[in-house]
Amino acid sequence: MMEYSIQAQELTKTFGDFTAVDKITFSVSKGEIFGFLGANGAGKTTAIRMLCGLLRPSGGTAEIAGYDVYRQTEDIKRHIGYMSQKFSLYEDLTVAENIYFYGGIYGLKRKLIREKTAELLARLGLEEVKDQLIKSLPLGWKQKLAFSTAILHDPSIVFLDEPTGGVDPITRRQFWDLIYTAARAGTTVFVTTHYMDEAEYCDRVSIMVDGRIEAMGTPPELKAQFAAQDMDEVFVKLARPVAQ
Amino acid sequence: MNAIEIRKLSKAFGATQALKEINLSVREGELFGLIGPDGAGKTTLIRILATLMLADSGEATVLGHEVVKQYRKIRKILGYMPGRFSLYYDLSVQENIELFATLFGTSLAENYDLVKGIYAQIEPFKHRKAGALSGGMKQKLALSCALIHRPEILFLDEPTTGVDAVSRREFWDMLDSLKAHGITMLVSTPYMDEASRCERVALMQEGQVMQVDTPENLIKAFPRPLWEVKAADTYGLLQTLRAFPSRHSVHAFGDAVHYTDQDPELDPAKMKAHLMEQGLSAVEIQPIRANIEDCFMALMEQQPLHQPM
Repeated sequence: MMEYSIQAQELTKTFGDFTAVDKITFSVSKGEIFGFLGANGAGKTTAIRMLCGLLRPSGGTAEIAGYDVYRQTEDIKRHIGYMSQKFSLYEDLTVAENIYFYGGIYGLKRKLIREKTAELLARLGLEEVKDQLIKSLPLGWKQKLAFSTAILHDPSIVFLDEPTGGVDPITRRQFWDLIYTAARAGTTVFVTTHYMDEAEYCDRVSIMVDGRIEAMGTPPELKAQFAAQDMDEVFVKLARPVAQ
Repeated sequence: MNAIEIRKLSKAFGATQALKEINLSVREGELFGLIGPDGAGKTTLIRILATLMLADSGEATVLGHEVVKQYRKIRKILGYMPGRFSLYYDLSVQENIELFATLFGTSLAENYDLVKGIYAQIEPFKHRKAGALSGGMKQKLALSCALIHRPEILFLDEPTTGVDAVSRREFWDMLDSLKAHGITMLVSTPYMDEASRCERVALMQEGQVMQVDTPENLIKAFPRPLWEVKAADTYGLLQTLRAFPSRHSVHAFGDAVHYTDQDPELDPAKMKAHLMEQGLSAVEIQPIRANIEDCFMALMEQQPLHQPM
């Protein structure tokens, strides 16, 4: 049987008479890279907040790493990693302090944090800057480091909300190498992006329009379904009818 | 006269050199793009030109006016849309635009012909508070406010950052329509694909201008034959190409890999055979034209900055 990291059934969130997320149903398998796309205001952020146990759904069900989004939100938080473009690391702490802080938050033993820190700094080539403040580093380095700290506690799933926004094209690709490596090691990756070439790097993609998942499949399936050359064209065809 | 003239402009924030002796000219009536990732210096450059920040050294003029001594003149003829939404959230759409018009001693009615194409799209919501608008509508309001005093030159700092692919395209269509009014536009963006919407672009990285030209010329100047390679397993293909002894550059591009070889006479048939020997299936290889992102990466690799990993 397929092992699922995320299973959502008719998951819904309403704010007053506005339905932000409208009965979305999908599952993500363990180790899968799942691209969660949609136009601005389509409901992606609301959906992610429910999946992370930060926002109580109005209806439907969802299990994240086997935990229920209504009753087991603390368990969910312990078993997921999260990073976004806007917030990732503490600017006034050094590289090493940030890693230590995140390790501590997730309750890792000091010895393990030390080992993981050394391994992580070596892998990212950041040993020389380990005592520098985060704010002195280029964005690309920060984002790679933020990703690595988000999976420091070996979560079953990592949520990445526009992780590569504003990042230079070479670093953006190196970032995806980190994603692939994590996925091959069994971490499920749930990622949003506005770069449509990055949608092609996902195993499967869903596209939200007005709170609903309007399309879902592998990039080749979606391109065939919408008779499109690339994912950009798929996206435009789906989002155009509601675009302002 | 050039609309913008920049000579040896430098600016540091503490130990960070945000701009390193930048030289740049923007022609009158031009739609000019500053293309580069965060940290390239785009915002710093725009803020200095907008007379909101002082450079450490160097000179700059906007429509012939010196940015320090003649800042008042520049502020009258400049429209500026900052990166962060900077309108008043608690004022309605209409109140925001009237406020900006009044500040410049004009009115919406007087300039309606100029902003019409953009403002008409948000006019049905004119009583809605700016804070309650969608991202795309906020952008349209911000652009309308930046245009309300008929500026001769417009600075747009990352107007499309964080905006979805469809809305981005529509925003550039709006800028195209403004070109007809003869307004010079300086637009910054981290999205390489938007370079093609500009007449000329400066490719920027870590406070330096790597190259300035039309998108067409930048593409023509791509230094090597470029190959698009596909296989059933894209990630496997990427790894295999990276291990290729004669590789020059290997970059993932959607469902394909863009590849350049040290040998300009590379035989694609041989290459394909080699890849299939390595266990890859459905291998396709064909020569393609570079895009701006290819050019940007080639320049980054020519002028390596401190890239770890």
